[in-house]
Amino acid sequence: MLTFMASDSEEEVCDERTSLMSAESPLPRSCQEGQQGEEDGDSAAQWRSQESEEDCEDDPDRYICSGVPGRPPGLEEELTLKYGAKHVIMLFVPVTLCMVVVVATIKSVRFYTEKNGQLIYTPFTEDTPSVGQRLLNSLLNTLIMISVIVVMTIFLVVLYKYRCYKFIHGWLIMSSLMLLFLFTYIYLGEVLKTYNVAMDYPTLFLTVWNFGAVGMVCIHWKGPLVLQQAYLIMISALMALVFIKYLPEWSAWVILGAISVYAAMVWTVGMAKLDPPSQGALQLPYDPEMEEDSYDSFGEPSYPDVFEPSLPGYPGEELEEEEERGVKLGLGDFIFYSVLVGKAAAAGSGDWNTTLACFVAILIGLCLTLLLLAVFKKALPALPISITFGLIFYFSTDNLVRPFMDTLASHQLYI
Amino acid sequence: MTAAVFFGCAFIAFGPALALYVFTIATEPLRIIFLIAGAFFWLVSLLISSLFWFLARLITDNRDGPTQKYLLIFGVLLSIFIQEMFRFGYYRLLKKASEGLKTINPDETAPSMRLLAYVSGLGFGIMSGVFSFVNTLSNSLGPGTVGIHGDSPQFFLNSAFMTLVIILLHVFWGIVFFDACEKKKWYILLIVLLTHLLVSAQTFLNPHYGINLVSAYITMVVMGIWAFFVAGGSCRSLKLCLLCQDKDFLLYNQRSR
Repeated sequence: MLTFMASDSEEEVCDERTSLMSAESPLPRSCQEGQQGEEDGDSAAQWRSQESEEDCEDDPDRYICSGVPGRPPGLEEELTLKYGAKHVIMLFVPVTLCMVVVVATIKSVRFYTEKNGQLIYTPFTEDTPSVGQRLLNSLLNTLIMISVIVVMTIFLVVLYKYRCYKFIHGWLIMSSLMLLFLFTYIYLGEVLKTYNVAMDYPTLFLTVWNFGAVGMVCIHWKGPLVLQQAYLIMISALMALVFIKYLPEWSAWVILGAISVYAAMVWTVGMAKLDPPSQGALQLPYDPEMEEDSYDSFGEPSYPDVFEPSLPGYPGEELEEEEERGVKLGLGDFIFYSVLVGKAAAAGSGDWNTTLACFVAILIGLCLTLLLLAVFKKALPALPISITFGLIFYFSTDNLVRPFMDTLASHQLYI
Repeated sequence: MTAAVFFGCAFIAFGPALALYVFTIATEPLRIIFLIAGAFFWLVSLLISSLFWFLARLITDNRDGPTQKYLLIFGVLLSIFIQEMFRFGYYRLLKKASEGLKTINPDETAPSMRLLAYVSGLGFGIMSGVFSFVNTLSNSLGPGTVGIHGDSPQFFLNSAFMTLVIILLHVFWGIVFFDACEKKKWYILLIVLLTHLLVSAQTFLNPHYGINLVSAYITMVVMGIWAFFVAGGSCRSLKLCLLCQDKDFLLYNQRSR
């Protein structure tokens, strides 16, 4: 989910939109340096204090702030476009980094391309004798997955609405703990196995402990911005790798398609439900962006779906105080982009063209989405356009371009 | 087939493009976006030409023998037409985008068409080079002996140099092409198309690398000189630049004092 933040002076915004937990903002607000955010989005973006308005004002968001308070409204548009290109690049960099980590891992560590069982969310096997049966099974898997997402979304919305912030907070802590410790331990183990490096248990314990503890502190409390973003990229990459490993072939593609359709649908419904004049007013029990939250209730029950930054995003909501303008991108978007590119890389024929084509397609999709964001100035789902382009380019490059380029390369012909 | 070959060929093929990117494009976000958009346009052109080739193969029922070779040649020529068409399409898109940017912020200096020509040429070139060479590169890391069946042992080197020349040619073609479109000199578009066809057709001579590479490089030098003059360079400015007496260099030195 992409949201564009403009300034707003409504203060009641603070109350409803405040964060899930009463932690202080992890980031010192240094709007003017523009170091924020560029990258990555999300997650802990939403930690804001409930208590004070000043904290409300703190936008832990990580995106660019170009703010000068009290700008006349006409100037906003110019600045929007002026900073537009910079925002785009600031999103390109973390998305590219996440994809690079995933592709590098997939190409070198065998573990993530081996089939070793499936998640309980995709119970139907794809080892069936006929194509029709396989297709049916993948569709059923997708249905189950999407319904899990819907259920988790509704659950989280209900929790949010009834202000059970402690529960959500606990959930987030559990999921980040799991990602930062357990998944990192598994990842490190597999990397060491691949390169045949021996590491004794005390060293391993120290390494994983340090990595995980610093990660928890950076994400949930305070830390240098760059480190926090690096950790968020790492956990997105880890999650994407889990999906690439445990989702069966066809199910993964159908799920990718279904998720983007779902995101687009939810956004449309949200747009229809929202009353434009009452933009600043916060009712809206159902926040369309919050569907991002339940992305990852896969793997383990206490999963870090709430890393979705979507929380701040009521469509068109204005953020408070600071004239912070920036763009936020949800972690779920990072994860699914990386899943697409990772699956393209894992496709087995050792072909890099497909991976590169998907990469360029996703970046262009992101560019277009940001362009639309600048034009409409409303929160937009970041998945549909990019994933659509990615899917089109994956299937067409794999089936059409690859044979052509291979034939050309074997005859050493250049176009 | 070792790391030496891998790194050597990688830097031969992509070194200049990487340097151009780092020094001219990486600092400006708008240029990066136009670069990636250019790469995307090239990719789409490749996709369409692959589609036609695939359909042609289907129609001829995949018969082996000379048919395949002719089909491939047909595919290459068609692909070049489509690439140049997409270059023209990208020019039109950039023209509209430039005008849009100008109306929105009139005081902001939008990138000039010449700059966009260079960036788009580089985008096309990088994507073209990467798609042609990256699979070969990744194979060069693995075990094997080049030319064990009697093929030329210079396979990797030749591919690397060819990739380099194609990347640079795309940059020069882009500059010349856009300038011709701006000045409405349509015959120049034809010349660009013909030189592109020539360079590609020469690769049909592989593996007789000598003639192929030499003539490709001569074409590149000629196109480079043409692009230099089209972009506003002159012998005088070149001399000043080489003698470190040009305005930018002098200003830069004064500033650093």
